[in-house]
Amino acid sequence: MRSFAPVLTVVGAIFVIWYFAAVALNSAWAYDKAKRADVSLSFTEMIADTMAQKKPLLPAPHQVAGEIYKTTVQKKITSKRSLIWHGWITLSATLLGFAMGTGLGILLAVGIVYSRAMDMSVMPWVITSQTIPILAVAPMIIVVLNAVGVSGLLPKAIISMYLSFFPVVVGMVKGLRAPDAMQMDQMRTWNTSKAETFWKLRLPSSMPYLFPSLKIAMAASLVGAIVGELPTGAVAGLGARLLAGSYYGQTIQIWSALISAAILAAILVALIGVLQNITLRRMGMLR
Amino acid sequence: MIWIVGALIFWAAMWVLNVQLSNGPRTRITTLAVPFIFGVTLLVLWEGIVRGLQISPILLPPPSAIAVRFANSLPILWVDFVQTFVKGALSGYIIGCGAAFLTAIAVDRSPFLQRGLLPVGNFVAALPIVGMAPILVMWFGFDWQSKAAVVVVMVFFPMLVNTVEGLRAADHMQRDLMRTYGARYWQGLAKLRLPAAMPFIFNGLKICSTLALIGAIVAEFFGSPIKGMGFRISTEVGRLALDMVWAEITVAALAGSAFYGAVALIEKAVTFWHPSQRG
Repeated sequence: MRSFAPVLTVVGAIFVIWYFAAVALNSAWAYDKAKRADVSLSFTEMIADTMAQKKPLLPAPHQVAGEIYKTTVQKKITSKRSLIWHGWITLSATLLGFAMGTGLGILLAVGIVYSRAMDMSVMPWVITSQTIPILAVAPMIIVVLNAVGVSGLLPKAIISMYLSFFPVVVGMVKGLRAPDAMQMDQMRTWNTSKAETFWKLRLPSSMPYLFPSLKIAMAASLVGAIVGELPTGAVAGLGARLLAGSYYGQTIQIWSALISAAILAAILVALIGVLQNITLRRMGMLR
Repeated sequence: MIWIVGALIFWAAMWVLNVQLSNGPRTRITTLAVPFIFGVTLLVLWEGIVRGLQISPILLPPPSAIAVRFANSLPILWVDFVQTFVKGALSGYIIGCGAAFLTAIAVDRSPFLQRGLLPVGNFVAALPIVGMAPILVMWFGFDWQSKAAVVVVMVFFPMLVNTVEGLRAADHMQRDLMRTYGARYWQGLAKLRLPAAMPFIFNGLKICSTLALIGAIVAEFFGSPIKGMGFRISTEVGRLALDMVWAEITVAALAGSAFYGAVALIEKAVTFWHPSQRG
C-alpha cells in the first residue's frame, strides 16, 4: 500500500501526457478541416475537435475507453465486432501455447538437471534459440503450417510455445538445482531413490523459481499469439484487429485492441500471482 | 529411406560421443565441442529427414539448399542487413537504451517517483508493445525512422526498470561509507552506485538486444521501402521462396547472436568483479 500513491501519480502523469500529445498531434488536422470549411477555430474549439476526431493520429484516452465499452458491453459476444470474441480467440491460442511451452520447459529442465550430456549440449542452444527473432518469422511458420493443413489454433500456439518455454527452462533449471548440498546429503542418508528425491525435494524447492518464470512466459505467450494472428489474413483475434485497423487507418480500433491486449496480459499475470501466493503459502514458503 | 536411417545412425553415434565427452573431464575444448556437435547433429538430422521423406522444398528446404541460397544472394542479404539491423535496430537500441538510462538517473533523486515508476514500468515491459508498430509506422513513415521508433518504444521500459533497480543495488553500509567520505551526490553516483548498478544495466542491455532485432523486423511488416529483412521475409513467403526466407532467418540469428555476444563481452570487461563473472 506504501507504493499506492506514487503509482497513481505516475499513471496520472501518463494520462496527462497522453491528452497533451493527443491535442498536439491532432491539431494539424483540426486546423486543416477548419481552413477548408473557411471558419477560424478558437483555441477551445480546436481542443474540442482534437478530442473527437473520427480517425485521429492519437485518439484521446476517453475515445479508446468508449470504443472498448462499445465493443465489449454493447455488442453481442458472438458478434464479429465484439472485442470479447476476438479476445477469446487470442486467449485460447495463448493458453494452449503457454501450456505446451510450460510442459516442454519443465521436461527440458528435468533432462538438463539429470543428464550431464544434455546440460552441456542442449543448454547453449536453448539460449541461442532465443536470439533468433522468432516473432519476425512467425508469419512464415503460420503460412507453412497452413500449407501442410495445420491451421486455426495450433500454429499460433506453436509460436507462443517457442516464446514461453525459454523462461520456464531457465527458471526451472535454477529451481531444481536450488536444494543445497546439506539437503541432498540428508536425502542420501535416508536412502531415497532418484524419483523420490525429485518429487519430495527438488520439485518443491523449485516452486519459488517456477512462478516468476511462468509470469514472464505468460506475457511472452500472449505476444506470440498476437503476432501469430497478423498474417492469417486478418480474420479474427486481437492481432487481426490491429492489422485491420492499420490497413484502414482506424486508429481508435488499433488502440482499443492494444489496450485490451494489455488488460488481458495484466489479468493473466495477476492470476498467476494469486496462484503463486496460494501455493507458496500452503507450502509454508511465504510468511 | 537410406537418408533417414543414415541420419538416425549419425544422431545415435553423435549422442554417444557427446555423453562420453561430457562425462570426461570438463575442459575448454569439451565445453565448446559438445554443443557444436549437438548443433551439427540437428542439421544432419534435418537434412536427412527432408531428403528421406522427400518433403517439398516449398514447405521446408534442407540446410544445404539454404546454404547455397545464402552464398548466392550475399549482396541482397547485406543490403537488408544494413537497412534493418544497422539503421533500424541499432539506432533505435542506442536511442532507447540511452533515453531509459537518462530517465532512470533523472528520477533517481526522487524515491517517490521511483516507487511509482517501478511497478508501472514492470507492467508496461510485459505488454505486447510490438502492437504499437502499425501506429508508429503511421507516424514516422515507411523508412528506417519508424523502425527505430518501434525499437525505442520496445526497449525503453525493460531498460528503465533494470537501471532503476540497479541504482538501488548498492547497500546501506557502502552508501554510509560514501557519506562519511563527504562525497557529494554526483560523486556517490559515479564512484559507487553506477558501478554497482552495472550488472543490472547489462542485464537490461542483453534483454533489449534481442528485442531490438525483433522490433525492427516486425515493424517492416506494416510497411517498408523495398529492402529490409522483414520486407524480404514477408514478400518471399508470398512467392514461396522459402530458401530465401531461411537465409534471412540465418542472417537474423547470426546478427542476434553476435549482438548478444558483443554485449556479453563488454559486460565481462566492465563487471569483472561480480561473482557471476569470476566463475
